[in-house]
Amino acid sequence: MSITEQSNAQPLTDDAQGMSYLNRLPRRIVVLYLPLAVFVFVLLFPFYWMAITAVKPNSQLTDYSNFSPFWVVGPTLDHIKYLLFETSYPGWLWNTVVISVCATFLSLAASVFAAYAIERIRFSGSRSVGLMIFLAYLVPPSILFIPLAVIVFKFGIYDTRWALIFTYPTFLIPFCTWLLMGYFRSIPFELEESALVDGASRWQILVRVILPLAVPGMISAGIFAFTLSWNEFIYALTFIQSSENKTVPVGVLTELVRGDVFEWGSLMAGALFGSLPVVILYSFFVDYYVSSMTGAVKE
Amino acid sequence: MTMTQTAKQESAFRSFARSNTAIGALFMLPAAVFLLCFLTYPLGLGVWLGFTDAKIGRDGVFIGLENYEALAGDSVFWMAVSNTVFYTLFASILKFILGLWLALILNENLPFKSFFRAIILLPWVVPTVLSALAFWWIYDAQFSIISWSLIQLGWIDTPINFLGEPNNARASVIAANVWRGIPFVAISLLAGLQTIPQSLHEAASLDGATPWQRFRFITLPMLTPIIAVVMTFSVLFTFTDFQLIYVLTKGGPVNATHLMATLSFQRGIPGGQLGEGAAIAVAMIPFLLASILFSFFGLQRRKWQQGGQD
Repeated sequence: MSITEQSNAQPLTDDAQGMSYLNRLPRRIVVLYLPLAVFVFVLLFPFYWMAITAVKPNSQLTDYSNFSPFWVVGPTLDHIKYLLFETSYPGWLWNTVVISVCATFLSLAASVFAAYAIERIRFSGSRSVGLMIFLAYLVPPSILFIPLAVIVFKFGIYDTRWALIFTYPTFLIPFCTWLLMGYFRSIPFELEESALVDGASRWQILVRVILPLAVPGMISAGIFAFTLSWNEFIYALTFIQSSENKTVPVGVLTELVRGDVFEWGSLMAGALFGSLPVVILYSFFVDYYVSSMTGAVKE
Repeated sequence: MTMTQTAKQESAFRSFARSNTAIGALFMLPAAVFLLCFLTYPLGLGVWLGFTDAKIGRDGVFIGLENYEALAGDSVFWMAVSNTVFYTLFASILKFILGLWLALILNENLPFKSFFRAIILLPWVVPTVLSALAFWWIYDAQFSIISWSLIQLGWIDTPINFLGEPNNARASVIAANVWRGIPFVAISLLAGLQTIPQSLHEAASLDGATPWQRFRFITLPMLTPIIAVVMTFSVLFTFTDFQLIYVLTKGGPVNATHLMATLSFQRGIPGGQLGEGAAIAVAMIPFLLASILFSFFGLQRRKWQQGGQD
């Protein structure tokens, strides 16, 4: 695998180098490396600031005259301990995990069938259904949350995890379906035709032929959907009232910010720990992530 | 007679059950149920709520256009509309320029390219609310690290009041939004850049084209379709942004940074005026439709460029 990849990649990189040999090194530094360094610095600085604040003792936090704000002398775990043992933070983390996993699986399951039906069964009107799915993806949560709050209340699931598990698929299903449609399109028809000739049913074709081939697409869609539900805020803010049912973003913002005295240390520790799960997941699946992001745009 | 009829019906039923329409409908069922229940129905309900005086805990009655009439005379609402338009406009332009620049840099032959690509996406991966909290601390009125650095450099004398003064607050939230949006634009455009054949650039430079000409007459036209789509998405998400404002300013100081989404939330949920909140949300729809149409024509052009039919 790696050998073929390399041999494939070799001419590509040669090609990509193109005419860049025409640029002398000093010019490359000014035109490429300097702007890149500035971009990377600006894009990453808030995370550094988050991390360094999370381990700074309170005495250094606002004392810029005696301590350099960019560094920390004698890092402390007090903020993190406070967060983990004296607030409901672990509960919020658990809620977020449960809600994101359930919403992702629900959406993925529904999307696989929908995408297969639209792309391969080609029932009458499948094209317009595909277009409607795309339009559904463009409906933003910020115009849906008020009516959804009314509906959630009527269903009697207000202030429970179910409220979020059932509403997150509204933006996950269109996205996953759209992405999987692209993947299914790339699987050759001949495979299905030969399975049909061998007497397989639609169900068998889907489970035995299509799904194994669509695994990368499903990983992409799943990871992206998980991240989207982890990041979701407005529904969680609106539909959840009690502290023990909150998700991390809502909990950190509404429960850790009290009055006028901000506990910046624990606040930043909360932000850091809330980001870590998605960042770790992302670091393992960067390529899937990128492909799902660009895939959604390209189609 | 009846026998044959039932047999006929049976076979009709069977052929329907075997038809693609039936199987397709069956496969579509779970997604359709979800989307009808939690997307289409609420969309309709939202439009209906906009015409009622519903409050939390009380079903409203139809009051016609009263909500919209009230909004038309509401200076806070118009402030929110103009904020939203300016916020979207400035943030999108900045995201586009900086994102395209970053994409062009990443498209060069760099060491550790995939590593850079991976870390540049981080702002987009991390939950907006949590990175907005970091920005809140960076924008702190007293202990802002930006103010401190600028004072150390001798450029300013007193800390900048980032979020306390209307125009500063607007600029600050736009900066935070751009920070979060650059990676999406850059990585998507990078994917588009990588599909442009190098041979075009080589041919052009043999003909004596300058780098600017190569960018202007090769890169930009080849990239236009994907720019259209990416920017439509970007505009759409910026226009309906809620999280950043809610964390950084909650619409303050004195409603100066309210966007339509945050105003809709404030009136609808803490304020309890569901009808009015829904009306504000519905007022966003025309803008969204305009963006979607723009995207639609962007896609059309893409097809045409690939040699397909219009």
